[in-house]
Amino acid sequence: MNSMARNRLADRIFRVVGLLATLLGLLLLAIFLWGLLRTGLGRLSGQFLSSLPSRFPERAGIYTALLGTVWIMVLTALLAVPLGVAAGVYLEEYGRKRRWAALLEINITNLAGVPSVIYGLLGLEVFVRFLRLGSSVLAAASTLALLILPILIVATREAIRAVPRSLREASLALGATRWQTIWYQVLPASAGGILTGIILALSRAVGETAPLLVIGVLAYVPFAPSQPLDEFSALPVQIFNWISRPQHEFGVNAAAAIIVLLVITFGLNGVAIYLRNRWRQQLP
Amino acid sequence: MKTNERLIEALLAMSAGVGVLTTAGILWILVVEAVHFFQQVPLSAFLTDTQWTPLFADKHFGILPLVAGTLLTTAVAVAVALPLGLTIAVYLNEYVAPALRNTLKPLLEVLAAVPTVVYGFFALTQVTPFLQRLVPGLAGFNALSAGLVMGIMILPLVSSLSEDALGAVPRSLREASYAMGATRLQTAFRVVVPAASSGVTVSVVLAISRAVGETMIVAIAAGQEPRLTANPLVPIETITTYIVQVSSGDVAYGTLEYNTIFAAGITLFVLTLGLNNVGYWFRKKYQERYE
Repeated sequence: MNSMARNRLADRIFRVVGLLATLLGLLLLAIFLWGLLRTGLGRLSGQFLSSLPSRFPERAGIYTALLGTVWIMVLTALLAVPLGVAAGVYLEEYGRKRRWAALLEINITNLAGVPSVIYGLLGLEVFVRFLRLGSSVLAAASTLALLILPILIVATREAIRAVPRSLREASLALGATRWQTIWYQVLPASAGGILTGIILALSRAVGETAPLLVIGVLAYVPFAPSQPLDEFSALPVQIFNWISRPQHEFGVNAAAAIIVLLVITFGLNGVAIYLRNRWRQQLP
Repeated sequence: MKTNERLIEALLAMSAGVGVLTTAGILWILVVEAVHFFQQVPLSAFLTDTQWTPLFADKHFGILPLVAGTLLTTAVAVAVALPLGLTIAVYLNEYVAPALRNTLKPLLEVLAAVPTVVYGFFALTQVTPFLQRLVPGLAGFNALSAGLVMGIMILPLVSSLSEDALGAVPRSLREASYAMGATRLQTAFRVVVPAASSGVTVSVVLAISRAVGETMIVAIAAGQEPRLTANPLVPIETITTYIVQVSSGDVAYGTLEYNTIFAAGITLFVLTLGLNNVGYWFRKKYQERYE
């Protein structure tokens, strides 16, 4: 075989290697998920979803953890979305070339790279201790809101950047002020993209475990939260607690709870991808 | 009207300022608590002692075992994610038609959407038992399986950032290479990848930073035994695991044990901040070269 034929063969082999490499991660994930379903699906039942935590694995359920996760999701969204969208609008529409904006820019890039466990330490000192919120829903939601803020800001900016310049100019030419242009033209036109970013950020918040553990969220809370200052548990914390126990039955519970968590995160991601595709088609 | 506009702009600017407050808050709490720590433990002992046993009767405060554990799991993860991620990037960028690429890329992103506590479960209950059949003497908790699973988690990060870098290489370079009779594979690895090397470096640096800060996979699967070792088969402890282990136990506020999590935290923060800024700096450099 001469060198040219060898090179052509290598080229053709790489085509297969490349495809395999691309699919390898997904294949492993599929194997993991298969094992997960085999372990956990049998445990999943109405009783599992509606029972309180318990020392006895067969009696334990995720009722309080699931409600805690829902609480966190709503409260985190309420805190983070207005802030994140406002900051994104400011950076993209107002402060583009100022020194303050350059500082904010570097700052957000850096914040996005801070490990989530460090946000936990911040939450522990500021929300749990200094503001005396304890390990409450509000303390956890505030911590997670700060954690997803950079994601929201970046997503808002990208969505706004995709709005054509001509739309702004037409609005300004008709006598609208800067803010009127943003409120009546730019934001509606970018709403799809912003919403996608919000949902992706929330799906990240739902799966976060480390910051919750650091601020002292417990696995055993025998009641569902009824107001933001209540102590609570959350799905990822409950899962971690069950994984850490030696008994096999708790591992089965963990698998079942993971299925529920994955349904939520994959569901949110699916909605986000659907919205993104629809929004992209609408863009002029 | 005019004041209204001003007011709105001020409100928006304040929202953007929350990010700055967050950074300031992180720096403040880490520094204040770490200062409390270093008033009781000399910095030299922190940096050179080879044992980390703050919760035992015989207390040692050497951060090295935790740093070693962190670097070990990170090294395993990068050893998985770099070759695979680069292969994927080359394949998607140089071999695949745009239509197929647009289907494959979102699929890869699924790997990044899985919560890390779930990856930890996979590492502990599936990867470790599987590896134990292949590697005799592999402990139930080990850096190897945590690192392998972490490598899968950071794979989309490496592949998508590398792909961006490859995509930024001008078409003319490829065409010159084809005109010389090179195959696609030769062009990819001898022309395009070297030309995009700084972008690929960025992807690796950011992936390392992500791996260093990752918590749940290592907390679940790598163990909680601080150990100064390069052996991936035994239990170790990472900086992040230590923080979670101590803060979720009952350590009283204001004690030296409580301060240790901030000393560990500031170490972690300095590591990731350094890596991110090296990445940021590199990225700026290579963007300037091609635009």
